[in-house]
Amino acid sequence: MDNLLSIVTFLPLIAAVILAVFLRGDDAAAQLNAKRLALAATSATFLISLAILTEFDPNDTGFQLVEETAWLFGLTYKLGVDGISVLFVLLTTFLMPITIASCWGVNTRVKEYMIALLVLETLMIGVFVALDLVLFYLFFEAGLIPMFLIIGIWGGKDRIYAAFKFFLYTFLGSVLMLVAMIAMYVDAGTTDIVDLLAHEFGAGPINLMGWQIAGGMQMLLWLAFFASFAVKMPMWPVHTWLPDAHVQAPTAGSVVLAAILLKMGGYGFLRFSLPMFPVASDIMAPLVLWLSVIAIIYTSLVAMVQEDMKKLIAYSSVAHMGFVTMGIFAANQQGVDGAIFQMISHGFISGALFLCVGVIYDRMHTRDIDAYGGLVVRMPAYAAVFMLFTMANVGLPGTSGFVGEFLTLIGVFQVNTWVGVLAATGVILSAAYALWLYRRVVFGDLIKESLKSITDMDRRERAIFAPLIVMTLLLGVYPSLVTDMIGPSVAALVSTYDIALAAHAADAMVATNN
Amino acid sequence: MTGADLAILIPEIVLSLFAMGALMAAVYTSKDGMAATLTSGTALIFVVIAFYIGVTADGTSMAFGGMFVDDAFARFAKITILLSAAAVLLIGRDYMQKADILRFEYPVLVTLSVVGMMVMVSAGDLIALYMGLELQSLALYVIASLRRDSVRSTEAGLKYFILGALSSGLLLYGASLTYGYAGTTLFSGIIETATAGEMPLGLLFGLVFVMAGLAFKVSAAPFHMWTPDVYEGAPTPITALFATAPKVAAMALFARVVYDAFGGAVGDWQQIVAFLAVFSMFLGAVAAIGQTDIKRLMAYSSISHMGFALMGLAAGTEQGVTAMLIYMAIYVTMNIGTFAFILSMEKDGRPVTEISALSSFASREGTKALALLILMFSLAGVPPMVGFFGKYAVLLAAVDAGMAWLAIAGVIASVIGAYYYLRIVYLMYFGQAREGLDGRMGAVQYAGLMAMAALIALAWLPGVNLLGLESMAAQAAETLVR
Repeated sequence: MDNLLSIVTFLPLIAAVILAVFLRGDDAAAQLNAKRLALAATSATFLISLAILTEFDPNDTGFQLVEETAWLFGLTYKLGVDGISVLFVLLTTFLMPITIASCWGVNTRVKEYMIALLVLETLMIGVFVALDLVLFYLFFEAGLIPMFLIIGIWGGKDRIYAAFKFFLYTFLGSVLMLVAMIAMYVDAGTTDIVDLLAHEFGAGPINLMGWQIAGGMQMLLWLAFFASFAVKMPMWPVHTWLPDAHVQAPTAGSVVLAAILLKMGGYGFLRFSLPMFPVASDIMAPLVLWLSVIAIIYTSLVAMVQEDMKKLIAYSSVAHMGFVTMGIFAANQQGVDGAIFQMISHGFISGALFLCVGVIYDRMHTRDIDAYGGLVVRMPAYAAVFMLFTMANVGLPGTSGFVGEFLTLIGVFQVNTWVGVLAATGVILSAAYALWLYRRVVFGDLIKESLKSITDMDRRERAIFAPLIVMTLLLGVYPSLVTDMIGPSVAALVSTYDIALAAHAADAMVATNN
Repeated sequence: MTGADLAILIPEIVLSLFAMGALMAAVYTSKDGMAATLTSGTALIFVVIAFYIGVTADGTSMAFGGMFVDDAFARFAKITILLSAAAVLLIGRDYMQKADILRFEYPVLVTLSVVGMMVMVSAGDLIALYMGLELQSLALYVIASLRRDSVRSTEAGLKYFILGALSSGLLLYGASLTYGYAGTTLFSGIIETATAGEMPLGLLFGLVFVMAGLAFKVSAAPFHMWTPDVYEGAPTPITALFATAPKVAAMALFARVVYDAFGGAVGDWQQIVAFLAVFSMFLGAVAAIGQTDIKRLMAYSSISHMGFALMGLAAGTEQGVTAMLIYMAIYVTMNIGTFAFILSMEKDGRPVTEISALSSFASREGTKALALLILMFSLAGVPPMVGFFGKYAVLLAAVDAGMAWLAIAGVIASVIGAYYYLRIVYLMYFGQAREGLDGRMGAVQYAGLMAMAALIALAWLPGVNLLGLESMAAQAAETLVR
């Protein structure tokens, strides 16, 4: 199949169009049909995307399954995957059927909801497979539209504020990236990411309005990309949109946001910042590392005092993304491996945690931690599932959460001991807030009148969690599944990074000697 | 030579004759009775002439000793003007009929203003420029106050007239200075003086005044004051006209003057255009936030969009002109679609323009709301809508010309501007359910809205590639920038 990636990318969109055009009516039957079609389409996308795995050769560090067609303004429609992006594609296709299945209970504007989610899936896959700057930007930005609608239409009480904040925050970050992309095009004469990876952007210091800028053009470009990815990630201190968006978004929206959309920031750092602007990355790495540590410790502390379950998990996401940025900018094999692993694993765990909240929210219609307590009495299965993912969130060995955190900590310890030491305290803090949350919700006496009749998870809900449980445990005990896939590409990334830095250092030496 | 000269002017002559013939025919027969037919007929003629210009396109030719230029650039602008005017006539017809203001003078005046616009974009001389500009403006002044019994409409017309006269005065003053220092009104003569050594200070003054006059016509800040009031006061179909064809004509004329007459002195006008661009983008974005009337909002939106188009011009390169033309064509497409929707906004049989009337519109009219959503995101410049590619083209031109600061200012303005487009989406999709629009949309308006929304949503796809817009604009720009 020559255009496997195009098929995987656009299949959900085709399903969305079919839904929009052919499905009429808004009665229960039509709603069910919409859900079924969406589930079928996302499942089919997942099955087809498995073919990527069979075609993909992990030992080839270049881009594979490449397709290319001329496009307007001298751009190209070019898709391809390498070891860094391939697992994100699979993560997306894997999680989408689960997400769709989780919103079986929704009954307002179901058709539109399904269309929005399907369109979003196309755009998310597109981000990970695009090999043209502007095509990447197109997918990256267009994802804001369905997400804006998902939060705004199906969200909670303050959804409008959250939707606007989400949109404008991320939009502001990304438009600066757009200008940087244009500057890259002007400098390199191409928007092809493969060629750009081989292009060397100027790193000599430049003088801008009296300011001496170390790293020169690379630094300016790096900062513009950082503005976008740091917001998307999100990194402290530009993370404030995330708790709002998470709290207000419907369950499926939260799952997609936490599990996939946040990964675009990390993917962006790996695809652009590190390999294309190595000198600037090297100069800025200490800053990023310290910001990551602040994110890990500060947001963990903030998470501890939350009264709202979703907000707590949202802050915990920010903390976990701190490990990711830390691993990426450690820029060594363990760090980057760990960062990617952490992103994949966080996709399963945070998605599952939001689903856990969704399960009891659907029953009680509140996310207040105080409204719960003693659920283990009435919901033993739920308590077990929730415990597993709480432990995975804490990073208990045997779950996938441990591997990512451990690898990033090893990676960063070699680069900056203090950062490593401080970040490790985040593991303790995460145990504190996660276990305390679990205790307050699940244990204790079941004294609240309203909870006395709560029912345990039904078959559909159990089925949703099953694949997530399997993946979390599987990756926890056998992480090579992931690291074998990403290892060679990451090794190539790290070695070109080091070579570029060494070359720059040699250049600088020559310059000073003259 | 006269015969050959006239042959070049066939489209303009045909349109003028048509306008006069239509005027006579209507006056001596059923008057307003044939207004509806005449409106559709005029639209048809516009399309036919646009087609004629398209197929007979051939090189560059001059008429009347260089006063009138027919080149790829003029043809591109003319086709855009004619098609957008035709679309506006069609989508506005039902509205005018319902409001009982569909007079036979309306299509005739539109035709005359279109002739003026066509002369403007083909002007090779300051006199020809002024003639075209005034023909266009005079016709538009009258159309703005077409609703004679409405205070708002007459106020709009009067305001437009007085401020328009002021700007014409500025332009004429500049033209006279230019003539005084260059010794000729021909662009080809002016450019010789402008490029031969140091540009005389008087000529520079002339350039600044001419540009101020033109900035008024494109409603670039700080010469935008008339725009919101006129947009709001004029009947909606006429607002739609103001927002489209005259903007293209004025922008093309702007490009024509700065390149044909002052092309060698890019540095002298570049800063002015860049200033106009930045000021317009920010003013349009910020001032639109507080608007409650969708027509006023579109006025500020157009100011902001003119800023982006001027950014292309400010680049001072062929690529910049290409980008400007692409931007204008896309801008016109988005505006026609949006105005087709605005024209259909009705409550209890009366047209409404309050944005709040859109509240929860999507739950009643899903398809139309989706089309408007596409247009709004496109106006905001969010990919994958075509509006993004317009912005991309001008940003690329600006960065390529070493004006990255201008591009950064532009994208920041676009983020501010995104807020009010999003507000419309928010009202339609998340607004409180309440009494809203109830009118039925006319078939032509519906077709216009859907066609434009489909173009905006899909024309960027690989394989469609904006229907070849890029290469046409590039050809046009090539003849202008030498």
